[in-house]
Parts: sequence; structure tokens; C-alpha cells
Amino acid sequence: MAKPASSRTRKPATAPATLPGADHNRERPGEPESYKASKEELLEFYRQMLLIRRFEERAGQLYGLGFIGGFCHLYIGQEAVAVGIQSALTPGKDSVITGYRDHGHMLAYGIDPKLIMAELTGREAGISRGKGGSMHMFSVEHKFYGGHGIVGAQVSLGTGLAFGHKYKEDGGVCIAYFGDGAANQGQVYESFNMAELWKLPIIYVIENNGYAMGTSVQRSSSEGELYRRGESFRIPGIQVDGMDVLAVRGATETALEYVRAGKGPILLEMKTYRYRGHSMSDPAKYRSRDEVQHVRDTSDPIDGLKKVLMEAGVKEEDLKSLDAQIRKTVSEAADFAESSPEPDASELYTDVLVEQY
Amino acid sequence: MGLEIKMPALSPTMEEGTLAKWLVKEGDTVKSGDIMAEIETDKATMEFEAVDEGTIEKILIAEGTDNVKVGTVIAMLSGEGEETPAAAPPAEAPKAEAPAVAQKADESEAPAPKKAESGTSNLAGAKSAPAADPAIPEGTQMVRTTVREALRDAMAEEMRKDDRVFLMGEEVAEYQGAYKVTQGLLEEFGARRVIDTPITEHGFAGIGAGAAMGGLKPIVEFMTFNFAMQAIDQIINSAAKTNYMSGGQMRCPIVFRGPNGAASRVGAQHSQNYAPWYAHVPGLVVIAPYDASDAKGLLKAAIRSEDPVVFLENELVYGRSFDVPQLDDHVLPIGKARIVRPGKDVTLVSYSIGVGVALEAAEALAGEGIDAEVIDLRTLRPLDTATVLESLKKTNRLVVVEEGWPVCSISSEIIAVCMEQGFDDLDAPVLRVTNEDVPLPYAANLEKAALVDAARVIAAAKKVTYRS
Repeated sequence: MAKPASSRTRKPATAPATLPGADHNRERPGEPESYKASKEELLEFYRQMLLIRRFEERAGQLYGLGFIGGFCHLYIGQEAVAVGIQSALTPGKDSVITGYRDHGHMLAYGIDPKLIMAELTGREAGISRGKGGSMHMFSVEHKFYGGHGIVGAQVSLGTGLAFGHKYKEDGGVCIAYFGDGAANQGQVYESFNMAELWKLPIIYVIENNGYAMGTSVQRSSSEGELYRRGESFRIPGIQVDGMDVLAVRGATETALEYVRAGKGPILLEMKTYRYRGHSMSDPAKYRSRDEVQHVRDTSDPIDGLKKVLMEAGVKEEDLKSLDAQIRKTVSEAADFAESSPEPDASELYTDVLVEQY
Repeated sequence: MGLEIKMPALSPTMEEGTLAKWLVKEGDTVKSGDIMAEIETDKATMEFEAVDEGTIEKILIAEGTDNVKVGTVIAMLSGEGEETPAAAPPAEAPKAEAPAVAQKADESEAPAPKKAESGTSNLAGAKSAPAADPAIPEGTQMVRTTVREALRDAMAEEMRKDDRVFLMGEEVAEYQGAYKVTQGLLEEFGARRVIDTPITEHGFAGIGAGAAMGGLKPIVEFMTFNFAMQAIDQIINSAAKTNYMSGGQMRCPIVFRGPNGAASRVGAQHSQNYAPWYAHVPGLVVIAPYDASDAKGLLKAAIRSEDPVVFLENELVYGRSFDVPQLDDHVLPIGKARIVRPGKDVTLVSYSIGVGVALEAAEALAGEGIDAEVIDLRTLRPLDTATVLESLKKTNRLVVVEEGWPVCSISSEIIAVCMEQGFDDLDAPVLRVTNEDVPLPYAANLEKAALVDAARVIAAAKKVTYRS
């Protein structure tokens, strides 16, 4: 008897339960292709990734000098993920939410580096008026919803943002980023379940940088191929080279097409790597210097794109002048963040509640 | 002799119900597991199954009869092998005609089921009604309404007004609410706005909070607040702190609501008052109403608020009726306590179900010449300390009544406020009457011993007025 072609139709009870590939007729996104970027786009990706790298290097220095306190999680090494994904979004329509390693995502969304750096130094001019810090930054104007410090919480919250897109029928898609560590949190799977049940427009992006603080994926995850983590919820997953901005962008295009067509959530696992410690206070005992150096030498996202640019005919000196510009931007942001005033003492009591009772 | 089939208790709080429908008729044979009738309780319509085999000899309570007390004989069954004609019908059995029978059931002549007296039946039984709310214009028409209906009406009215408001939670839609609070909402608003969730509190609390951050106004129902422990991270770390952390940029206008506090004979994991937990957290608004008018007026205010609100209801008062003003838009101010009984000798401060206990105690005290003022805090954060201190200035004596644990409680907070800001007005130390400092036991006698009651409040009031 012919089975209906519909991907999500429940199998008749008589169907052999263990037929190989029995469930593989459900709809999956196509194989993503590397993004064919114009020269201008390539240059813009390069500029954004370099801006994140230089910004984070400077933030690391300011931390060392005592200008930045608390926890500070740098994005160095992972730049291609935020830049590749966010370049594919429609500003003002799609929403983004992430965890505490959030500086890069904000920069990739075009948010002023001065406001971000001033938040890192806890100043009135910071994007959260100095009351959030490195981990808690938001820009509702850009539909950037934070900046969340509890591992995995942003996954449920992002699912709620996606719920809002569907409820309001505004055509938006939510990108919810989380790490390989958060991928083991229970609420992630509660959210997967509801997102698929309700066909919410969301792309779950696992930034798998190999280590949850100091615990490697191998030591923490019974299924280390994290793109498979949605399967029992019928959420398709795609594993992507997160060190290649064009591969990231290409996979995002595929994912967006799938989600915007109303087919429900999708999962992208970005295989990436962070060069620096989990936070600034990282003993670096859990991996070797050689390992880090090897990744830097062989798969650095910025070096990789530089080769593509050279092949496209961009000159070395053009890239050098771009780097100089970025250094200037970052210096200005740092000067601003060091010199602008701290919040007024009265700010202590503002924004606890919106209304007065 | 036939077997008596009695009106069953189908929930811990059920004392009577409606015999909605008979699915068998006289002369039918039934076997164990057959559905004999549909019975409507305070929470849901349930199917009533046969336990014994036999023939339905007589139906004693007609379908459609309301207020059938638990334990009333509703039918007679002749046991297997018995000669049906031989079994004489009970002489006093009325004809199965609805009005007559309803009358009969109402008078509750049927022997009450043997039921141990527990602490929660005491709590639920407090009958004293609060005084009229001065916030409601004089001459307003009042309608007797249960707390359950008042809550539903509040949600329905706000949902009609604002499309951003939606409701999500376990069993809120098709089941009509685990405690029937959301009855009829699915029918009126549809599945887009009344959403059944899987049993995943942590996940759906986060989804609700995210939806609020994205510009919607969610009402998240927890079946009870005991289960919100699974979700407390999202309530506190996400909902309560985001506005502050974002420098006022990102709001989270959400209502987390559901029953809180001790329920009836359900043991320690389903019986806890979380008011002090949430009232501890800056960034949250915490409301715990007692009567139906406050439940409605404050839930409407909570839904309209731009802040995250934890709205603590109480299962034991859901079915209690109070006067609710018939106004187009009955909204009450958040953060204002209410004097529910004026008095001059001692102030009793309470909230939620404790208000009923305090009122009961106040009435008894009046009989002994002690005129107690009773304050219903209604909102626990922000706390209306002015009303408490004003009353203390007048009575100079204060007792806090709280259905909850004593340590780090709302009582502790009120006592601290009296010490810090009302010390010169005190003629006696402030006392607190709370539950015992133990997980709530199951056994009826122990449960009773663990929970607040009027006798303890009376004793404390006498102590602070030096009458004991």
C-alpha cells in the first residue's frame, strides 16, 4: 500500500518499526552551499570579523588594566559565526539572542563599539547604562535581546521571541545562539519540543567551540555530534564549518529558507574554536598550547577569508589600511570607555520596576 | 439487599457536585469499570465508574441535580446472583425526579462521609466576609462570584481589550483548567491565544518571558506554584532582572499565576507558600489576593502592568463566593493594602487565605471585648507599609497571620518594619502566627496541627493585649 508522501504523517501501526530509514522521508533542508559573495560583501565580512577580533583584543587589555571587572568572555576565534549568520538576517525584522559571550554578536549587528566598550567599563554611556556589564547587553532597537548570563536560559527566551514572531505574524525569525555547554541543559530540550510542536520560526545555533569552560565536548556529551541533538524532536540539524564565514552564511541561507517557509525550527551546529580562555580567569590547563596554535595556523576565519580576498584581487595594502581604520575605531571606543563618567549614584534605584505603585 | 452507590469525592476539596448525566438506567446490568454517570466537581466533569457487578435497581438522584453532597446514596445496585425483585427499595427513597431530589440533596440529610478533620478544611471553612472595599463607589451593584470565576473574568476582559495578551500553561485550554479557572477561554479566544503546553515549566516559563521581551503580554499559568520551582530561574534571573540589567531598555511584562499555599491533604511537595520567596526579589511585583473582588481587580491590574508579576492564588478559596462589583472595568491599585475590618485594640495583618483566619479570629475576639483591625496586604511587593504603620499607631499592638513557614517570611518582614519604623508605637512585641516550621504532613491530625488557625490567632491577640 502506498504511503502518503507527507513528511509528518504518522506511520500506520502495521509499518515495520525498524525499517532502515523509515523516518527519513520527513522533510529536510537541502545541502547548504558555500555563499557566493560579491567582492564588497567579502570585504564587509572581513571588516566585521577584524573589528570583532581587534575589539576583543583591546577588551582583554582593558581587563588586564582593571578597567573591566567581573567576567569577560572573549569571542576571538569564533568571529565567522556571528558575522556569517547575522549578515543573512533582515534588520528590524529578525531577532537575535545569545548567552554571555555576546560582544561579537552585537558588533556583527552593527551596534556602536563605543556603547559596547563603555558598558564593559561600567559607564553611564554604556548600552545598558553601566548596569549590565559584559554579559548583559541589549539593543531592543536592533532586535538584539541579550546578553544572558544563565547557561541555556536564552534558548527558552529565544523560543519565546519566535513565538512572538508567529503570534504577530511579522515574518521574523529568531536566531538563538548557545554553546556546546548549554546544549546539555534540560530547558533546551523543553524548548525544542515546543518549538517543533508549534512550528515556531527559530534557528537554534550551537556554537560548538569544543569546551564548556574547561570540559571538552567528549567529556560532557554522550552524543558529541551536536547537530543531531534535535532529531528526537524532529528538528533537522546541519553541521557547519564555523571557521569559514562563507560556509556559515550559506548554511544560514538554507536554514532561513526552511524556517521562513513555515516548516518550524532548525538546528545549526557551528564547529568553531575559541583561542582565549573561557573567561579572562581561565587556567588553560585543559588543553595544550599546541592545540590552540594548530587551529590558529590552519583554520583561522580571518586568515581564511584573507586568502579568498587576495584571490579576488584585493591588494594587501588595502587590507592593511582597513586594519588601520579598525584599530582607530577600537582605540576611540576604548578612549571613550575609559574617559566617560560612571553612572550617577541615583541610577542605583532606577529601572528596578517600570511603573510606580 | 442491594448495594448503595454513593456520590463519590473526586477531588481532595470536593464536598458536593452535580450529577450531570446518568449513562445507565434502571434495570441495566453493570460490571466493574463500566461508566455509570458523569459527575461535575468543582474542578472538572468526571466519569464515575462502577466498582461492583450487578443490576441497577433504582436511581435515586436524577441527572441534572446540583449540590449533591459527597456520600449521598445516588443509586441502588443489586448484587450478582441476587433476585432483583426481592430486594426491596428503601422506603424513604424519593422518586427520581429532579426538583424533589435536588431539595433532598441540598438539605444534606445523607450522612456525611467519614472524613477526618484536617487543617485545610479549617482554613477553607472560614466564613467571615471582608468589609466593603472603600475603593469601590458606594451604591455599586454587587454580584456573588467565586474567586475562580473572578479570575477567569479578569483574564477574559483583558484578552478582549488587548490582543497582545495570551494565556499559556498546562491544561489551560482543552481541559478547561486543572482547577477550572480558565473555563471557557479556549472557546472564546481560540487556540492562538489559549495554549496548552507540555509539562515543562522551565521551558514554557522561559518562552513566556521571551515572548514578553519581544512585545507580547503573556499570562503563564502554573498548575500550582510548587511546580514553578522548576521555572524559578526564568522568573527571577530573566523576568525580574532584565529591565534593570538593560538600563530600562528591555521590559518583561508577564504574569505568572496559579494556586499557591497549602492544599488539602496532598502532602509536603504540593503544599507550600512561595510568597516570601518571590517577595524577596527586587524587579518583581507580587500579589496574593484573598477575596473575589481583589482577585479580579488585581489580576486585571497585573495583566496591564509593564512589570513582571507573580500572582499567587489559593486553591482552597477558588470555590468561595464573595461580592464583586458590577463595573465595566474593575481594576484595583497594585501596592495598596486594604483594611477589611476596622478595629482599635489590636491589628491583625495577613494576606491570601490567612485573611479568612484573621477575620474569623477577629469575630471571636469581638465577643470577648477585643476590637481587632484586620489588614489584607494584597500586594506583597511593593509592600504597603504605610497602612500597616498607620494601623499600628492606632492600636499599638500587632499580630501577623501567615499560612506559611515562619522563618524569613512575610511575617518576619512586617515585624522588622514595625521595629524599624513603628517602635515608638508598640505597646507589646509584635507576634506572628504561622504554620509550624515543618514540611506539611499528610495525616489529617498532623496537617491540622501544622497549619494556622483562628484559635492560635486569638491566643496571640490576647497576649499582645495582655488579656491572657
